[in-house]
Amino acid sequence: MTSLTLIYTGLYYFAAIVLIAGVAYRIVEYSRTPAPLKIPTTPAPTTGAGVAMRMAREVVLFESLFKSNKWIWVFGWMFHVGLALVLLRHVRYFQEPMWFVIEFVQPYGTYASFMMVAGLLGLWARRFLVDRVRYISTPSDHLMLALLVAIGVSGMMMTFVSHTDIVALKAFTLGLVTFDWQPLPSDGPLLVHLALVALLMIIFPISKLLHAPGIFFSPTRNQVDNPRETRSIAPWAAAAERK
Amino acid sequence: MAVPEFEVPKLTEYTEVPKINPGVMAHVKTFPAAEASQTFLGYPWALTDDWQERAIDKMGDLLGKYRSLRVFMDACVHCGACTDKCHYFLGTADPKNMPVARQDLMRQVYRRYFTIPGKIAPWLVGAKDLSKEILDDWYNYYHQCSECRRCSVYCPYGIDTAEVTMAGREILNTIGMGQKYSSEILTKVQKIGNNLGLPGPALEDTLLGLEEDIELDTGVPVKIPLDVKGSEILLVTPSADFFSEPHVESLIGYAKVFHAAGASWTLSTHASEAGNFGLFNGNYETMRKVAMRIRDAALELGVKRIIVGECGHAWRVAYSFWNTLTGIGFGGNDPFSIELQQQLDHRYKQPMHICEYTWDLIQKGTLKFDKSLNDDRVITFHDSCNVARGSRMGEEPGDQFTIPRNVIMAVANNFHDMAPETIGEGTFCCGGGGGVLTDDLIEVRVKGALPRMNAFNNVVQADGVNFLALICAICKAQFTKVIPYYGFDRSMVGGVHQLVSTAIKLD
Repeated sequence: MTSLTLIYTGLYYFAAIVLIAGVAYRIVEYSRTPAPLKIPTTPAPTTGAGVAMRMAREVVLFESLFKSNKWIWVFGWMFHVGLALVLLRHVRYFQEPMWFVIEFVQPYGTYASFMMVAGLLGLWARRFLVDRVRYISTPSDHLMLALLVAIGVSGMMMTFVSHTDIVALKAFTLGLVTFDWQPLPSDGPLLVHLALVALLMIIFPISKLLHAPGIFFSPTRNQVDNPRETRSIAPWAAAAERK
Repeated sequence: MAVPEFEVPKLTEYTEVPKINPGVMAHVKTFPAAEASQTFLGYPWALTDDWQERAIDKMGDLLGKYRSLRVFMDACVHCGACTDKCHYFLGTADPKNMPVARQDLMRQVYRRYFTIPGKIAPWLVGAKDLSKEILDDWYNYYHQCSECRRCSVYCPYGIDTAEVTMAGREILNTIGMGQKYSSEILTKVQKIGNNLGLPGPALEDTLLGLEEDIELDTGVPVKIPLDVKGSEILLVTPSADFFSEPHVESLIGYAKVFHAAGASWTLSTHASEAGNFGLFNGNYETMRKVAMRIRDAALELGVKRIIVGECGHAWRVAYSFWNTLTGIGFGGNDPFSIELQQQLDHRYKQPMHICEYTWDLIQKGTLKFDKSLNDDRVITFHDSCNVARGSRMGEEPGDQFTIPRNVIMAVANNFHDMAPETIGEGTFCCGGGGGVLTDDLIEVRVKGALPRMNAFNNVVQADGVNFLALICAICKAQFTKVIPYYGFDRSMVGGVHQLVSTAIKLD
């Protein structure tokens, strides 16, 4: 096995562990932190099923963002839906044979990359063009967009410009999953693409990408509006009440 | 009216999003709290020597106790959706009044002390050591937020800046940087029973005087009972209703409704305040102590129902938090809440808003009105932020918008809503909520009222509106003070139950 293969194999196990363990840690942290008061942003659903619907609309359609700003909504939604299709397409590198849905999504996933990168560029442009957004942007906000654009573009290079040895790549990725390690093709765009994706996985649990798990724990969105009917009290508040 | 020392914004047809003007509101400092009230509340009253350590410890404590704060510190992606949503930003152009920037005042410190990137590479993620300059920013800009939650409607993750402001003020209090206005009110309500510091005998006198006025005016002996044990209903209302104008007109309205319904009701000296400034400062214990007065009064008087008068944040605390804090509500299965809940009448919502009560009676046909008595008024209704986005009325989501309007339309003929994006869940705060209703913040209050004033001006011009109907004591006090700066007469401001009072038929 070449040292290149060794490095990337190690990198991906490391990145996967950081991503999974890191996000799991955050989820445990969020779920263990009590929400002592009922603070749904009203009008809010009065049933659990209603809250599930509200959350689904937020996650799938970005409902609140749509109310807020159509430009951010268009670019943000393009990016996220594009990314979702691209990710689904990439599932094929980890299974043999492929599920039908993964096979079905292949052509859409290919062109969704344009939508994804266009959305990112739109969001990035706002960081320069809108004075309010320029004011709140930090270096990490720009770098995050740069990272995602670079991942998108390096991936598109391989699809549309200079193909990599896709059979060897699939052998490598399947090998990671089955612990039967195989050599990695050494094309430039592929190595850049894989390195950046690994970096993204590693910073996920310590960056603003935590908005993904965070939204499910947002008390203004995930609480049922029923405070007159049910009494909820946080453990630390209940302990103080008994004193 | 004294000449203002600042420029009053010009009214425009639409509220335009201003170009940012950094630091333009940095000079505004609310008066600091003094020793007596801070000591009573258990806070230091001057900056402590160990302020930095103390502040970070308190932040860690709050991050562990409040999921909202914990998630909101992490989840923001700086998308900018909230940047043009705050009435204080729209009215002042100061970028630190953009919700995300207000949050970032705390987030920069959170990142430095509680996150890996902020510890390793602070410059990368905008993390900063907690400095005196940052404390000053907190003090200035956490007192230019009315905790109205408009930003939380538009944030894709539901980040509520009010939660951050509350945490910021609690940390400031902990290190000796409290605000005079809230500190004094929280002391008065606990020592005397209400925010205005009106002692029991004075309250009794005031109510007797009001009874005489009503009888002179209508010829009907409408009573305003105080501390009557065994009454069915306890009315808890903001103390401003007892003698501020136009608040008192609504109190007269409640009394007439109870009279017409033949209800057995009482006010309480011990609980002569619905408002709860504990909410504004993010201190659970203080908020609970203030709310406990109502539970204590309910148990003492043996009432079956608790009704809350016209007050926005009071209704938020009552509707959303009383069950948790005091057991006023249903569904409790612990001895503390059962003690009270078995006394309350389960056929009714507990607590109930006065508008719910009146609307209920209107639907049953119990109340009779002569709507023409309100014909000199062309009315619009301002949704109070805490009612709109922090609570509900009735059975369905959004009934907090329809019920007050239904009441108005049942007692008056001329009603026009303001532009849809300025009412309902997108309503603009009056500019005086959340502990900002003090003369030392008048510039913030006047400028923050701009979006509402623009929307109001439009219906004044287009529909001849001459009455701004409110269901909040803070809104009433704020608009009475601020509306003249924009060229309107303060007599245009009044309560929903003031309209009820005008039209109701008594016998």
